[in-house]
Amino acid sequence: MIAIGERINGQFTDVKQAIADHDPAAIISLAKRQAEAGAAYLDINVGTAAADQEGTIKWLVEVAQKAVPTPLCLDSQKPQVIKAGLSVCDTARGVLLNSTPLNKKSDPDVLAKYAEMAQSSGGSLIALTMDREGVPQSTDRRVEMAAEILTKCMEIGITPERLFIDPIILPVNVPGAQSQPTNIMAAIDQIRLMSDPPPHITMGLSNVSQGTTERSLINRTFLAMAMAHGADSAIVDVLDDTLVDLVATVEMLMNKQIYSDSFLKAYRSVAGAMH
Amino acid sequence: MPLPAVQESYSGRVNEVTLGGGTRKKQVTIGGAKTIVYGGDRTVTGRRPVIAIDVLDAAPQDWAPVLAEAYGNVLSDPAAWAKKAVEEFGADLVCLKFDGIHPDKGNLGAAESVAVTKKVLAAVGVPVILWGSGSDEKDNAVMPKVSEAAKGEKVLLGTVTQDNYKSLTATALADGHFLIAQAPLDINIAKQVNILVSDMGLPLESLVMFQTTGTLGYGMEYAYSIQERERLAALTGDKLMAAPVICDVGYETWRCKESKADLPQWGDAAKRGPLWEATTAVSLLQSGVDIVRMRHPAAVAVVKAYIDSVWGAAT
Repeated sequence: MIAIGERINGQFTDVKQAIADHDPAAIISLAKRQAEAGAAYLDINVGTAAADQEGTIKWLVEVAQKAVPTPLCLDSQKPQVIKAGLSVCDTARGVLLNSTPLNKKSDPDVLAKYAEMAQSSGGSLIALTMDREGVPQSTDRRVEMAAEILTKCMEIGITPERLFIDPIILPVNVPGAQSQPTNIMAAIDQIRLMSDPPPHITMGLSNVSQGTTERSLINRTFLAMAMAHGADSAIVDVLDDTLVDLVATVEMLMNKQIYSDSFLKAYRSVAGAMH
Repeated sequence: MPLPAVQESYSGRVNEVTLGGGTRKKQVTIGGAKTIVYGGDRTVTGRRPVIAIDVLDAAPQDWAPVLAEAYGNVLSDPAAWAKKAVEEFGADLVCLKFDGIHPDKGNLGAAESVAVTKKVLAAVGVPVILWGSGSDEKDNAVMPKVSEAAKGEKVLLGTVTQDNYKSLTATALADGHFLIAQAPLDINIAKQVNILVSDMGLPLESLVMFQTTGTLGYGMEYAYSIQERERLAALTGDKLMAAPVICDVGYETWRCKESKADLPQWGDAAKRGPLWEATTAVSLLQSGVDIVRMRHPAAVAVVKAYIDSVWGAAT
């Protein structure tokens, strides 16, 4: 699985503090620990920690990429923040832009802006199946948007191998949202039939359990279910050992990794190198 | 209507291993494949597979006449045998097999084995494989001494198994050799042995994998399908399965009755055994094999011609 390590995000108090103090030590430590745990990308999100988002993402990118060779996932809803991050990013090792909806009321061309930045940096793109109307409830609308995203990206030159579709998982305890996990799995099945090879499927996993009890259990269970339907990426806490064990087990059961008695260890020893 | 060229492409690659150092006049590099054998693009099929001809440390007692006659009077002189294998039969490597140390086959000691090793190393310039007897206890006692006698020569040492890997792995590490990791027709155990050995500090790049080979009619298709799966795992990025592969066609072929029996109704015995050996080797090579252990020179000639036809002539 292409695991995107979620921890370098200004919404976490340790990262917020590091940004406020301009102290690289905490960021370096998170970068190293996530890389060792097998993250294929490290998410970099300024969050609400700083007024100067463009300056802050540059600093985070420079600190993280100096600490480890892992490619980065630049995470912002503002194109100018992504652009600032890209300006100092070592894109030769790969980069993932996170993320754009199909369109927005305030910015109808937002997908094209992100896609062009991904294309010119030789990187990959996460696109969300949402538009100016918000997050769709139905399977069909998700699939329709994924098709539009795929077409637009291919027109710009982004092949499906470089496109990650995020079908958007909502908290399961939001009124009316309990049917969403099933709808999302049905959507994944269809999105994966759109091209050969198919686009990657990713998701912000912890969203599913926002505001619930048993958060870890819900996250882990849903990840296993989504992987069985073809999700091959997620933005996750790679420092959660049980979660990584789960991913290793699912991949083994799906015949993506050859079983050995030390299969959990085997997964970790190659996870980061496999993508 | 012209057919479009079909080309498989993969993200992974089989490790390259360069055997031979010290006093070896030649080095042999194996591995490097980025696609399956008939994957379409000859430029990424990797290094040519090589042939290792068996030389036994003690004269074989049970060889079929057709096989023994091909070697004439060198079978009791491992150095002359090795020289003949390289100079007359075109062996890329010599596989010195220590059958004679096995408690049931002569029970020779370390001193004899070390002496044979030195003689064979002196007789040929190609890289050498040093392969134990299969008796764990005896191999653990003798192979470290043999290995030490070949220190610096960057030989391929065999074999370690899931149940007996510590002694020989430590030996390979100490003497700078490469190591054969063996599994009994079992891909899961193959992966496990690789993990165990690499946990001891031997780099994965120093390993060659060996599944107990089956010859034609005796499980060849099992060996084929496992080796094929190993190769596909390597090509799809499983670093733990990216080691080159060796198979033992000579021994397995020449112990089956079809290659040995003197039964005219089964066809000319002089051709039957060599054909059996060549057919097995050519078949297994297509699953993704980097070193083939062989015995009969007529079979070796056929397999070399096949390798030339797929990988291009040797340079």
